[in-house]
Amino acid sequence: MALKLEGYEGNGTFSHGIHPPERKSISKDAAIRVMPTPDTVVLSLHQNIGGPCEPLVKPRKKVAWGELIGKGKGFVSTTLHASIPGVVQRPIRVTLANGRHMDTMPIKAEGDIPTDQDLWDEIFGGEWPTTGLDAYDPAQISQDISAAGLVGMGGAAFPTHVKIMPNDKKPVHTLIVNGCECEPYLTSDYRLMMEAPEPIITGALLAARSLGAGRIAIGVEDNKMAAVETLKRVAAGTGIEIAVLKTKYPQGSEKHLIQSVIKRQVPLGGLPSDVGVAVSNVGTMAAVARAVIHKKPLTHRVISVTGGGIANPRNVLAPIGVSFGELIDFCGGLKSSAARLVAGGPMMGFAFTNPDTPVTKGTSGLTVMSREEVRAGEETHCVRCGKCVDVCPMRLVPTKIAMAARYQDIALSLRYNIMACFECGSCAYTCPAHIPLVQLIRSGKARIAAMDRK
Amino acid sequence: MNINDTSGSTTPVIHVSPSPHLVQAAASTRRMMVDVLIALAPVVGMSLYIFRDYALYQLIVCLMGCLLAELIFSGMRGRKETVKDFSAVVTAIILAMSLPGTAPWYVGFIASFVAIGIGKIIFGGLGMNLFNPAMVGRAFVMISFAGALAASGYESATSAIDAISQATPMNAYKMNGVVTPIAHLFYGTTNGSLGETSAIACILGGLYLIIRRTASWEIPAGLLLAVAAIGGLADLMGPADGWTTLHHLLGGSVLFGAFFIATDPVTSPLTPKGKFIFGLGTGLLIMVLRLFSGYPEGVMFAVLFMNALTPLINRWTIPTPFGGQ
Repeated sequence: MALKLEGYEGNGTFSHGIHPPERKSISKDAAIRVMPTPDTVVLSLHQNIGGPCEPLVKPRKKVAWGELIGKGKGFVSTTLHASIPGVVQRPIRVTLANGRHMDTMPIKAEGDIPTDQDLWDEIFGGEWPTTGLDAYDPAQISQDISAAGLVGMGGAAFPTHVKIMPNDKKPVHTLIVNGCECEPYLTSDYRLMMEAPEPIITGALLAARSLGAGRIAIGVEDNKMAAVETLKRVAAGTGIEIAVLKTKYPQGSEKHLIQSVIKRQVPLGGLPSDVGVAVSNVGTMAAVARAVIHKKPLTHRVISVTGGGIANPRNVLAPIGVSFGELIDFCGGLKSSAARLVAGGPMMGFAFTNPDTPVTKGTSGLTVMSREEVRAGEETHCVRCGKCVDVCPMRLVPTKIAMAARYQDIALSLRYNIMACFECGSCAYTCPAHIPLVQLIRSGKARIAAMDRK
Repeated sequence: MNINDTSGSTTPVIHVSPSPHLVQAAASTRRMMVDVLIALAPVVGMSLYIFRDYALYQLIVCLMGCLLAELIFSGMRGRKETVKDFSAVVTAIILAMSLPGTAPWYVGFIASFVAIGIGKIIFGGLGMNLFNPAMVGRAFVMISFAGALAASGYESATSAIDAISQATPMNAYKMNGVVTPIAHLFYGTTNGSLGETSAIACILGGLYLIIRRTASWEIPAGLLLAVAAIGGLADLMGPADGWTTLHHLLGGSVLFGAFFIATDPVTSPLTPKGKFIFGLGTGLLIMVLRLFSGYPEGVMFAVLFMNALTPLINRWTIPTPFGGQ
């Protein structure tokens, strides 16, 4: 099924990886619904991979929708905006879904914000030009993106302006837009490609202009052919190519996506720019278009609320900072079989228990898994079957690394390249002995990081 | 939202756990062992057909011996017994199939105790052993009861079953230069260890294991390649006495060893490259023993020797990660 991408050597896939049950059908056909404005949003001061941002407003101050309320200090941090109009509350400390304790700025809703169709039109509607974008200055594009507080919306939350910045030292020839959505269950990117393809295309053209990239490819897995057709139709005449990729996890991993589309391997420990490529998610591209053309910040995002444990699975356009609990309520509440709440998808997402946990810019979904879906067997001894070796997309030996980590043999874990693991979970998914490989490797990496800090 | 107050009769219990939150439902150690048992079915079936009571008797002795040993030794080590994962059953059947039907009961029984006790549980149980347990058990009795397991031990002139009154094909050739017809080797109507005589049964079971990905193809591929290559060389250089490469491949326990013994995951390397090297090494040793040693057959010693090299092979074949040079 994988089509050879015209002009690229790509064969649409990479070696190894797994085929977990997709379960996209739970929410695939649910058109994006606009969530009513919640009473309060809790905005984490740390929404990106760099340092947290400094609050610019004091408690009891009234803020407008989209008003700048926080500014990052470091290079790889970014700005924060009010996702709803209202009054700033006293800061509280919350535990994010990823386990980090973070200061937040809560905003109590006050004042009007468009609802339903109006809000949709405000964010994704209107004209999205595909020509005449030469009028935008590359440096200005990157500044606009920075001002809009954009981070990668696929989950890693790397500040977009840093990624999209013109770079003389490592010129980027190709922009790859990530529309793979290889995590099982999640459908937020798919719905966005179906319902708002125009801003994605415009955003990609603008990002490529900023980078000076001559080619743009949007990578989409072949289980989303409707999205491929939609994007092709909208992208006609722009020179953007759609790379149809084999449905396989982790196809959406940056390095594997590059391998699948242009058959280049990012060097170990390197970045996509080392092979002249930049990779960014489709949702981010739509936000880039809005930031550059309308000068509007990132305040809302599409989130999949899905899984066997949620009453009415939906794709929701929600303000950043809304609590997962309110999202669950908007989707009909939990079923009695609900057993685990996961921020993100089931392969790499974070399980949490507190329903007050707020959504951040990087939250692509909420997967509510039922007891049936998460059942796991008892851990037994490793029988060295090598199945983890057969599936590891980084071509590591997960069992050796995990056992080295378990017995705290740092030298051995380094010899087996522990730091190359990006915790995709393919090994643990496959392991017949049900060994928590990812968890062990993560603890090994943490120990090495702690040692490096000393 | 209150997670403890939702519609529905029972209260949801929300818990956390590290990612990934999905596991492959069908994958378990027990399922792998069941696969091996399914793959062994044609081999066991052919051995029962050819050796009748001898095969049944040896199977019962080894099954009882291995299960009893598993219970006793796990108890002594204060570990939870692992009978339910079927690994002891697999060891028992492979051990029984590697013994001659004529071996007295205590040979199978002692081999079972050594296989499970010294071959496996002393090292810490399933997954921790360095050597293939069934082969450890077999090696022990081969040395202890040399008579019962030497070439002459296979033959019983008084047996009513044809196969057992003949010499094994390997020994008939080694001692007297008698070449067994290929068809007999293929179907298995010859004397030999219970599970090794029928090439077709081993191939069928082996293919099942490889298709199910329970055994890796690299090990049998490497092993058979080495046997074929050296067998071919011996064929070219040796006397034209009718013993061909095909006899080397189908005769003795090469096929049974390639598919069921060398592929034991615990005692073979982890990476595809390592597995292939392991297979090549085993095949090479089999041929060295066959051509130059006093033993007519070398699969058991070859596998045990390569088991000892496995940790080294693992170290030599650490794969270059994706993006590495």
